[in-house]
Amino acid sequence: MNGSYSRFRITLLQVLVAMLFLLCWHIATTTPLFAEPKKMQFFFSTPIDVLARTWRQFIGGEIWYHLGITLTETVLAFVFGATGGVLCGFLFARKELLAAVFDPYIKAANALPRVVLAPIFALWFGLGIWSKVALGFTLVFFIVFFNVYQGVREVSQTVLANARMLGMNERQLMRHVYWPAAMTWMFSSLHTSVGFALVGAVVGEYLGSSAGLGYKIHEAESVFDVTGVFSGMLILTIFVVILDTIVTMIENRLLVWRPGQASTSANG
Amino acid sequence: MRGAGAIGVAANALARAEAQAASPAVSLAGIDITFNLKDGGRYQAVSQINLDVAPGEFVAVVGPTGCGKSTLLNAAAGLLQPSAGKVGILGEPLRGLNLKAGYLFQLDALMPWKTALQNVAVALESQGVTGKEADERARAWLARVGLRAFTDRYPHMLSGGQKKRVALAQVLIRDPKILLMDEPFGPLDAQTRQIMGNLLLDLWSKDRKAVMFVTHDLEEAISLSDRVVVMSAGPSAGIVGDYRVSLKRPRDIADIRLDKDFHEIHRQIWQTLKVEVQKAYAAGEGKDMVADGSHAGVGR
Repeated sequence: MNGSYSRFRITLLQVLVAMLFLLCWHIATTTPLFAEPKKMQFFFSTPIDVLARTWRQFIGGEIWYHLGITLTETVLAFVFGATGGVLCGFLFARKELLAAVFDPYIKAANALPRVVLAPIFALWFGLGIWSKVALGFTLVFFIVFFNVYQGVREVSQTVLANARMLGMNERQLMRHVYWPAAMTWMFSSLHTSVGFALVGAVVGEYLGSSAGLGYKIHEAESVFDVTGVFSGMLILTIFVVILDTIVTMIENRLLVWRPGQASTSANG
Repeated sequence: MRGAGAIGVAANALARAEAQAASPAVSLAGIDITFNLKDGGRYQAVSQINLDVAPGEFVAVVGPTGCGKSTLLNAAAGLLQPSAGKVGILGEPLRGLNLKAGYLFQLDALMPWKTALQNVAVALESQGVTGKEADERARAWLARVGLRAFTDRYPHMLSGGQKKRVALAQVLIRDPKILLMDEPFGPLDAQTRQIMGNLLLDLWSKDRKAVMFVTHDLEEAISLSDRVVVMSAGPSAGIVGDYRVSLKRPRDIADIRLDKDFHEIHRQIWQTLKVEVQKAYAAGEGKDMVADGSHAGVGR
């Protein structure tokens, strides 16, 4: 990709960009260059404060509880959404009539902005984790569903004809051809769908809950605690990066057979 | 009474066995194949084809691009229903897929999510052989096609020739009575084609399956086969030539092309084929497109 520059040089420049950003932020909020520092700090906090707050939160231990809640919601939303998406995508791809009949309804349901469902889910499932899982589910389900549906329908005709000529019956075709094809497409949407599971969880928490990262950020916002908001965002970012790394590791392991192992995060 | 009955059954079985030995491995009689086109029209790919492949015989089918030779092969494989005519396999009419035959495709047909070993072993599953035994037999077959060191590679890690070797092992491990091959070495480079041709002949010579080998490469056809059948340019392609190749075996694909007899038979067949190739070109690109489209439709 960037073969002409050494890895070291790129990393160095990346760190430099971060330092420059923090420096600008620091100068803008601690010197009277643009406005009075007190005023600036009210709106933008300072990098040192944000880092210190973040550090204290990690040390303090309370944040781990909230992280745990958000993680649980994300994982549950992903597992249910992906399972539902794979099963429905598979079924629809194999039963043409079903797909034809439900096509407009699926499209309509997918076109609906899911955020408007959050209050309904809160009403149905309460303010605990299940309303967030439901919101995440509606996001993950459609991504996985469309991917698997497309994937199963587009299984190479040659591979399929070959498998049939090898004497495979319908059940064996399912197991050796259709299912692996479906799983491939499920995994190729992994980055996107895990990302959306997290979005569902955090947005759900933000709109109404008593625990989780979204709740923490909302709580800070409601008292104009900008340092708290930024610190929450930083923690959320770290959390996402770690989650994404784990997904990449899983993906690389499960899709070893795929040529040119390209990461799918570009889809997101 | 009972004794006579038993003798009768035995005689029947014997007669059946004899009939099977005598009847052709593949028998195509009066085959017409017509496709419905997207625009509502109909395209007749082949018409009135009569072709028998004897047990143990290696028959090559050559013809210009888009003449319907692959279509004909698909009919013999049961992947396609002819609109008229009868397909007989080892003396019995073909119903559904021809599972007595192994089919080697032109394009990549390996399951990309399985390793070479898994791809070959899975071919035994329909015969009820799984697990360790299937793996061992697959390993042995991969060794026979020269891929002992590549058993755990996925298809994308293999070269074109190596993939063809896996495909060959996958087909042969089931020990089919008939081999149907659709330009299997078409996508390979010239040297690899020769190597693969020799490998094929080497494996074939051990138990002489009936082979129907479709190709547009006349040299390949002659160097491999016992008999070369020439098809005319489509539409409504038919058989316009049937030549016996009596070059001695075992053959080396590269050497035999320098043989005097090889040149003679090549000259003879080319006289016929050339006319058809020119016709196909004269018919223009449009016709070719139609023929190719109809091929894709039957799931090559």
